[in-house]
Amino acid sequence: MAEVEETLKRIQTHKGVIGTIVVNAEGIPIRTTLDNSTTVQYAGLLHQLTMKARSTVRDIDPQNDLTFLRIRSKKHEIMVAPDKEYMLIVIQNPSE
Amino acid sequence: MPVTHKTLVKSKQGSNAQSQQKPLAAKTAKVVSKKKDEDDGTEIGEGGDEWMHGKTLIKPPDQLDLTEAELKEEFTRILTANNPHAPQNIVRYSFKERSYKPISSVDQLAVHFFLEGNLLHRDSDEARRQKAKQGLPDEKATVVTETEDEKLETPLQAAGGEEAGDVEEGGGEDGAHSVDSKTGKKEQKLTNQFNFSERASQTLNNPLRERGCQTEPPPRASFSATANQWEIYDVYLEEMQKQEKNKEKAKAVPKKEDDKGKKKLTLVETQSDDLTKVAKVAKIIERMVNQNTFDDIAQDFRYFEDASDEFREQEGTLLPLWKFQYDQAKRLSVTALCWNQSYKDLFAVGLGSYDFTKQGRGMLVFYSLKNSTYPEYNYPTTSGILCLDIHPDRPYLVAVGFYDGCVAVYNLKEERPEPVYKSSSKSGKHTDPVWQVRWQKDDMDNHQNFFSVSSDGRVVSWTLVKSELVFTDIIKLSLVGAVSEGPEGVPPPTMACGTSFDFHKQINYLFLVGTEEGKIHKCSKAYSSQFLETYDAHNMAVDAVKWNQFHPKVFISCSSDWTVKIWDHTIRTPVFIFDLNAAVGDVAWSPYSSTVFAAVTADGKVHVFDLGINKYEAICQQPVVAKKKTKLTHIEFNPVYPIIIVGDDRGYVTSLKLSPNLRSKPKWGRKKLDIQFSGIHYYPPSFLFLRKTG
Repeated sequence: MAEVEETLKRIQTHKGVIGTIVVNAEGIPIRTTLDNSTTVQYAGLLHQLTMKARSTVRDIDPQNDLTFLRIRSKKHEIMVAPDKEYMLIVIQNPSE
Repeated sequence: MPVTHKTLVKSKQGSNAQSQQKPLAAKTAKVVSKKKDEDDGTEIGEGGDEWMHGKTLIKPPDQLDLTEAELKEEFTRILTANNPHAPQNIVRYSFKERSYKPISSVDQLAVHFFLEGNLLHRDSDEARRQKAKQGLPDEKATVVTETEDEKLETPLQAAGGEEAGDVEEGGGEDGAHSVDSKTGKKEQKLTNQFNFSERASQTLNNPLRERGCQTEPPPRASFSATANQWEIYDVYLEEMQKQEKNKEKAKAVPKKEDDKGKKKLTLVETQSDDLTKVAKVAKIIERMVNQNTFDDIAQDFRYFEDASDEFREQEGTLLPLWKFQYDQAKRLSVTALCWNQSYKDLFAVGLGSYDFTKQGRGMLVFYSLKNSTYPEYNYPTTSGILCLDIHPDRPYLVAVGFYDGCVAVYNLKEERPEPVYKSSSKSGKHTDPVWQVRWQKDDMDNHQNFFSVSSDGRVVSWTLVKSELVFTDIIKLSLVGAVSEGPEGVPPPTMACGTSFDFHKQINYLFLVGTEEGKIHKCSKAYSSQFLETYDAHNMAVDAVKWNQFHPKVFISCSSDWTVKIWDHTIRTPVFIFDLNAAVGDVAWSPYSSTVFAAVTADGKVHVFDLGINKYEAICQQPVVAKKKTKLTHIEFNPVYPIIIVGDDRGYVTSLKLSPNLRSKPKWGRKKLDIQFSGIHYYPPSFLFLRKTG
């Protein structure tokens, strides 16, 4: 338990990380370092996208599964790591 | 017609003479007169006959006197259809002839009786209209109209006779209706035409009320799901697992009673904290974040090849990559490094201290190349670690030797920070620091075992038996050479201090031990008291001795006396000697070439040698740490990737990439080397070169 907390803390304080969000299986954010509206927006949109990506990967080969998803945009990079029950979203600015 | 007047007769005679033919006139006259006579005759005849006999003819006063001849004259009378009342002398004025002209033909029609009737022809329009109204078939229509008048009259009379009041009207109507009905369809009942009455009554209409009842609707929930190929696959997998569990249950039925207690515990445990399940995901994310931050390093690690090596014929460079450091290990020095054989990006770092005076805690830390900021595993220890080894087959077992003489085995799969096995003073731990540990192949009972060498002169074999470490002394290192008597007759120490050892890659029982006195002993596991061979290697303690991974006869040794020596174990003198101008901390052979090795020195430099290219000099000499005071303590080659890790005495581990010149494969049939290395060149048996695995 404490390890996970530590890991999350490390991620948050890592260089260039703007925010982290932990989302549960229904797409509801449990933990976040961003403000509420942004969190809700990110959680909702990315949840759908991750589900879609996962479905795509698994459709091609059901024994395969999505490990993580990176979306690199002009301003920053959004990283999503899905799990059976939870999903972790991290927004980082890699150039910093 | 029968009534005729005399006058008329006469007039007729007169008129007839003109208008009609004489015979006709004569006839009519005759007829008339005959009639008259007859009339007279009859009248008179009946009663007159009698009278005539009695009386004489009475002559009226105005009777004509006719002669006999005239009396006998026959007048013909004709019976015609002429209308006697019709005028016979209608005259019309003709404008053409400007005179009155008699009309030739006179209308002789005499209407005797005229009555307006109700008869309609059945095909006439009116009749059809009536039919349509009544809805009766055509045939009966005429009958209806004929009898209508009569019928109307009779029922009324009948009704009036029977009952008075309201029945009458109804009766009249009904009569008509009955007539209609009678003459209408055949199904209709036959009613008495004359004596029929029909009564109808209407019940009270109950007021209508609407009553409704509604039950509570069943609870509804909307359900939506997708049926993809992978969802179906998942369901099948679950089913299979369930079936397998059932099978296991069926087999393990007698053991169930014991497990029941445990089952309850496991059920409760699943309601643990939410965040623990995020652990795996968090790890992945952390690695991703690190990858982003150290993106250039990752790219270099993978793809960078120093192009300038083409210009430098023989020399190569080392490109610094990640630097691994752990906050809590700052004051400790790296005392051991080991790559994991199964997970090529994982390596273990043993932290402790070489300083005799500064002995304190230690740490066992595992790093992955994917995350350079934080270790994957770390185990704090009470005593400084001096050596470690990861089991080649079981990558989760780590053997550790401590400064206090203990050995321990850690199991990475388990959560707890303590070692799984630890030797204690009872169980034969060393009395001096353990300098080297090495895993061996499993013994015949399938127990894992490892060897350790320590300054107390013992080489001990430890076997993991269930939950204990069982030790066996393999050999005791005795001092070879002149035994000098200490002052006051104290017996000199008879045990040598082993500082390093290495097992032959192919020949299992053969191993080398380096001692603090600078000697290297070649030993065999079979002989516990005797050495097979002893080499006078160095003037100071032998810090490392390593067999060549390919050549079966060659081994290398290094010492704090600034030298690195390469030996052929059949020859007692070294084959090569290299002086590195500083105390050599560690030396390692490369896994991809039999002629390449690297050494680290106390002045912070890494020396890479390739005997195939240059026998006398290093092809690379590079300082890798910033501060010159830091001593490099250990070096290890990655078995797959072209990188080396170097540990220093400040607790940092630096990873460096070898440039292409340093990675050249050995070539066949090098004559120069043949002289030195007697025997056949050994070439890397199965060599996965670097870039494929990435």
